[in-house]
Amino acid sequence: MTLAVFFGCAFIAFGPAFALFVFTIAKDPLRVIILIAGAFFWLLSLLLSSLVWFIAIKASNSQDLTLQRGLLIFGVFFSVLLQEVFRFTYYRLLRKATEGLAAITDDDGSAISVRQMAYVAGLGFGIMSGAFSMINVLSDSLGPGTVGIFGDSQYYFITADMPSSKIFRRVKTNLKSSSLIQKMRALMTLALTLLHTFWGVLFFEGCEKSCWWVIAAVVSLHLLVAGLSLLNPLYEGSLPPVYGITLLMGVWAFFSSGGSLHSLNALCTRRKAEGESS
Amino acid sequence: MADNVENAVNNVSNDGTEVSRHTETTPSRNEVELNGQPPTTRPPQVLTDSEEDEDEELTLKYGAKHVIMLFIPVTLCMVVVVATIKSVSFYTQKDGQQLIYTPFREDTETVGQRALNSMLNATIMISVIVVMTLVLVVLYKYRCYKVIQGWLFFSNLLLLFFFSFIYLGEVFKTYNVAMDYFTLAVIIWNFGVVGMICIHWKGPLRLQQAYLIMISALMALVFIKYLPEWTAWLILAAISVYDLLAVLCPKGPLRILVETAQERNEPIFPALIYSSTMVWLFNMADSAETGNNSSHPVPQQENQVAMAPTAQPEDDGGFTPAWVNQQQHQLGPMQSTEDSRREIQELPSERPPPVEDDEERGVKLGLGDFIFYSMLVGKASATASGDWNTTIACFVAILIGLCLTLLLLAIFKKALPALPISIAFGLVFYFATDNLVRPFMDQLAVHQFYI
Repeated sequence: MTLAVFFGCAFIAFGPAFALFVFTIAKDPLRVIILIAGAFFWLLSLLLSSLVWFIAIKASNSQDLTLQRGLLIFGVFFSVLLQEVFRFTYYRLLRKATEGLAAITDDDGSAISVRQMAYVAGLGFGIMSGAFSMINVLSDSLGPGTVGIFGDSQYYFITADMPSSKIFRRVKTNLKSSSLIQKMRALMTLALTLLHTFWGVLFFEGCEKSCWWVIAAVVSLHLLVAGLSLLNPLYEGSLPPVYGITLLMGVWAFFSSGGSLHSLNALCTRRKAEGESS
Repeated sequence: MADNVENAVNNVSNDGTEVSRHTETTPSRNEVELNGQPPTTRPPQVLTDSEEDEDEELTLKYGAKHVIMLFIPVTLCMVVVVATIKSVSFYTQKDGQQLIYTPFREDTETVGQRALNSMLNATIMISVIVVMTLVLVVLYKYRCYKVIQGWLFFSNLLLLFFFSFIYLGEVFKTYNVAMDYFTLAVIIWNFGVVGMICIHWKGPLRLQQAYLIMISALMALVFIKYLPEWTAWLILAAISVYDLLAVLCPKGPLRILVETAQERNEPIFPALIYSSTMVWLFNMADSAETGNNSSHPVPQQENQVAMAPTAQPEDDGGFTPAWVNQQQHQLGPMQSTEDSRREIQELPSERPPPVEDDEERGVKLGLGDFIFYSMLVGKASATASGDWNTTIACFVAILIGLCLTLLLLAIFKKALPALPISIAFGLVFYFATDNLVRPFMDQLAVHQFYI
């Protein structure tokens, strides 16, 4: 049962990202590096926002639950803003390095374009964000504390050298990680991964063309998505709008990066033509 | 280790530049051989300028490929260590045994006492490392090659047989697999003998690399098990600082060793070095199998081109006789990594100038780097209360550190240590993620907010 939940949620959350990685990124070393650097930048933003939240928490009264919740919401929005700031920082870094990167790649003209970098960077952000929100839940769904092991479960609660915070967290997660919640989490993670990818494309495009309204739109939509997640655990209120936004972003990113109905049509007819001829 | 990376890549690039400086047509010929395509549009410039620019471009050109060629084995080693830590509880159990180089215990009453003990432990360990390094440098300087090689051979023997026997035993215990001693003896015997042959003599490159990764993982697991908490972190930090000093200071032992080897123009025990040429070929083979041949004529050519250097290391006596021997020697008393580290650090492989059709020499990274990277990530997965988040964060941090190190190498073109940047990032991210990010993510998860 839990194994099915594990695989189901893992594939829901990471399937598309993994497919994108395998088909578009894995073969080009430069893209892999940009992907991992993107993940690193997301991590940095998370680190800084956690630091700020931590300081706020420590400075406040820990007994006041509404204050704590308010601080957490502040932490959420601050983290979103910081992620966008780091996305912009990453954009500047990539632009600066473009000449150097052009020298690194083979001179048969396969230097990476800004649009490709935008896509890869966005995917890097998305994968890291998804990993951080999903992996712990996935490993918990497999059983107490360890992945793929059939021993040690009898020591689960009794073991003396497990820190108490870990026990507490396991209890908490076991109580709340019903498979429905895990599935919702997986769906939300998938949406966020795709959203980060699309936002990456749009953001870089906006920066390239100095269209500040595009950047503002991306930031505000990210804030909106984070705000929608505040409605959880009422997932009916958060998931459908988020997926709607994802579709919208996908379409927008497609058209913004040079796609068109014509090219889509050409793709389909070419496929059909190839199918007929073969 | 770091030295090895830098020097190896340095030697790659330097040799390349030297070769291409000798004749005018060499750069373009290099390009032809490299890309399998006619030399692309490079407008004829002043000869020296264009040669130097092209040399730089050649160096940088392989930068991304080199980085990936190191990412993959480092990732594999970390995956092996993390998988073992997560499934085999033996390596996280503290049964009170410690290495004799860390005699002070950490289960003291006060925090101050514990801090003091761990600092003393780290000091002892680092000084042992320094001493072993100096011993090795002296041995090398006075040409006592037999001593070093015999020592390494013995160390490798112990590692490949004894430690893998223990590892296999624990894995069987974990999965409750019934095994008789006869079958086990046959398995261990075959594993060990093939490993010794691959590492000390000749063998398929992929097999060599697999054995090197396994050996590094085993050593990292030993450290994770037998080093107490604070001692381990202090040792990691101290080793990075020592690496930095030993490589960059003019009187540093590693630098002396490298210079001695360069003077004598001989390879410095290429035994402790992982060479990644074949890994890249492996990737290309995969892409070939998936039918992308047409889009990659270059790799095919480079496959053949790059085959040449892989034969050389085997003629030079294999990759890790030194390291493996050291490991085994250390495994006996189950002690120092210093020895292996020293060996590793001291062995930037000094290769003779490349053959003319040999453009892609691959990248080399010392096994000690593998060990310490995996040790950091393994410790993160073993002891972090943030669990997988911390592990992933440390993993990304180490990879980015490695990337930055190689970038600095390409820019400065001199020996740089591979440990400091990665370990610094790794440590920062470990403590930050464990203490700052984990509570934040936990709170978000409880309330099911998404950022």
